[in-house]
Amino acid sequence: MSALDIVLFYFFGTVALGSALVVVGQRNPTYSAFSLIVTLASLSAIFGLLGSPFIAVLQVVVYAGAIMVLFVFVLMLLNVREEQRQDGSSPAFKATALGLGAVLAVQLIVVLLRATREGPAWAQGFDASARKVAEVLFSTQYLYVFEATSILIVSALVGALALARGGMGPVAPPPAAAPALTAAPPAPEAPAPVEAAH
Amino acid sequence: MTPLQQELLIALVKVLVIFHALLGLFSLMTYLERRTLAFMQFRLGPNRVGPMGLFQPIADGIKLFFKEEMMPAGASRWLFVAAPAVAVITAFLSMAVVPWGGPVHLAGREISLQIADLDVGILYMFAITSLGVYGIVLAGWSSNNKYTLMGGLRSSAQMFSYGLALGLSWVGVIMLASSFRISDIVASQQGGFWNWNFFPTRQLLGFLVYVIAATAEVNRTPFDLAEAETELVAGFHTEYSSMRFALIQMAEYVNMITVCAVGASVFFGGWLAPLPVLQSAFGVDLGLLWFLAKLACGLFFFVWLRGTLPRVRYDQLMHFGWKVLVPVAMLNIVGTAAVIAFFS
Repeated sequence: MSALDIVLFYFFGTVALGSALVVVGQRNPTYSAFSLIVTLASLSAIFGLLGSPFIAVLQVVVYAGAIMVLFVFVLMLLNVREEQRQDGSSPAFKATALGLGAVLAVQLIVVLLRATREGPAWAQGFDASARKVAEVLFSTQYLYVFEATSILIVSALVGALALARGGMGPVAPPPAAAPALTAAPPAPEAPAPVEAAH
Repeated sequence: MTPLQQELLIALVKVLVIFHALLGLFSLMTYLERRTLAFMQFRLGPNRVGPMGLFQPIADGIKLFFKEEMMPAGASRWLFVAAPAVAVITAFLSMAVVPWGGPVHLAGREISLQIADLDVGILYMFAITSLGVYGIVLAGWSSNNKYTLMGGLRSSAQMFSYGLALGLSWVGVIMLASSFRISDIVASQQGGFWNWNFFPTRQLLGFLVYVIAATAEVNRTPFDLAEAETELVAGFHTEYSSMRFALIQMAEYVNMITVCAVGASVFFGGWLAPLPVLQSAFGVDLGLLWFLAKLACGLFFFVWLRGTLPRVRYDQLMHFGWKVLVPVAMLNIVGTAAVIAFFS
């Protein structure tokens, strides 16, 4: 890594940590969501600096560009301005939080120790190009796991739809059945209630 | 100078030139769009400032500079200021991977007319376009106004839905070029216009999906629901004035230029001439001119659409995006993959 890369690495690292702290500390959920987007974008820049542009781009496409859009969309739809304070200070809650925090800390220490012993991955000729990722992902080693994951996602999607429509009972007639040019039928997608209220 | 310093200097010069070229193109486009629309509607359009009204953008700029900057009561101060910046930055960032011409030989070294020839160029493009939605969403949400919120909501749903189709429309082209690199995609279309990706023997379906999805992605007619003035005042930028308003306009025009430039590179052979003999004249490579000509055609097409089509309704937009455009794009991918697998 050149000196320029190192300066950029520390810059994006600082931004990522700072915005991650804002995500946790901020009371307003919309600010939290936008800080999380900044965190993800800085992480993506760090991936790019470490020589894996493919992962960097995926980080933005999948997390910052797709998942966070849905988060922000829902927050805007509900128009949440201030966090609803849950009574989160029960002893059981605190114990769980401490336990999970400890697990995370141990994981971080193990990774840090391994990194100091073996040296950084980019120095060992680590290859995360699109071709390499595809070769590993679609090899017989991971192919079935990969396909199983996609089936899992589809079933989650179907489950979410079933829940949103109120069980497996008869569904309302599809809006496409109405003539196209009469009164606007509500769109089947999420924004339907807003449009109706509007 | 060390080689690293030389590289940095070249990159800096390229960034500055392309940035200012885009600024110039943006102001020219505001004028050309108004003039062309006026002629389509049997009007004259702006023709008072300078010869044929050519200095109109400068007058507009001066006017916007001296307007009062307003911020609504109850707006989120930081996000309200950040929104136009986010919109403009994402708009300009995506231009970094567009090749404006073939490699140029200058003082014994080869210089490509592209800021960054990324290995994952077209995915980078996709990533930055998917970030572009936040400028609009932030502007809509932070203004504390129901019309802007509605505009922001609409456009986030729209850009998310059509962004998917936009990404899928490139997959066939990526498979044909077997590379994500935009310069490789341009190179894979060499040999004449019948090898360009829009041609029916190549990726016509992908191209059609791209045109529709790109129009929706940059919020242009007939998909300009984010700023439907008959129902939402001016949509997500209702509360913006002065230079912040100008920044939002700039982001919209630069985005339009970007999708035209990408369309030209990916589907119309980029800087390649329609016939190989026309690629250079008197030993000078004409790549930049061919690219600019294709860009101009694309931009005219967008203005033409605006002068021709009415706005679609919101439910039609969602229905078409998810139930027609995405399946067609998927079909194109499967078909292209089948043809490639069969013939190779």
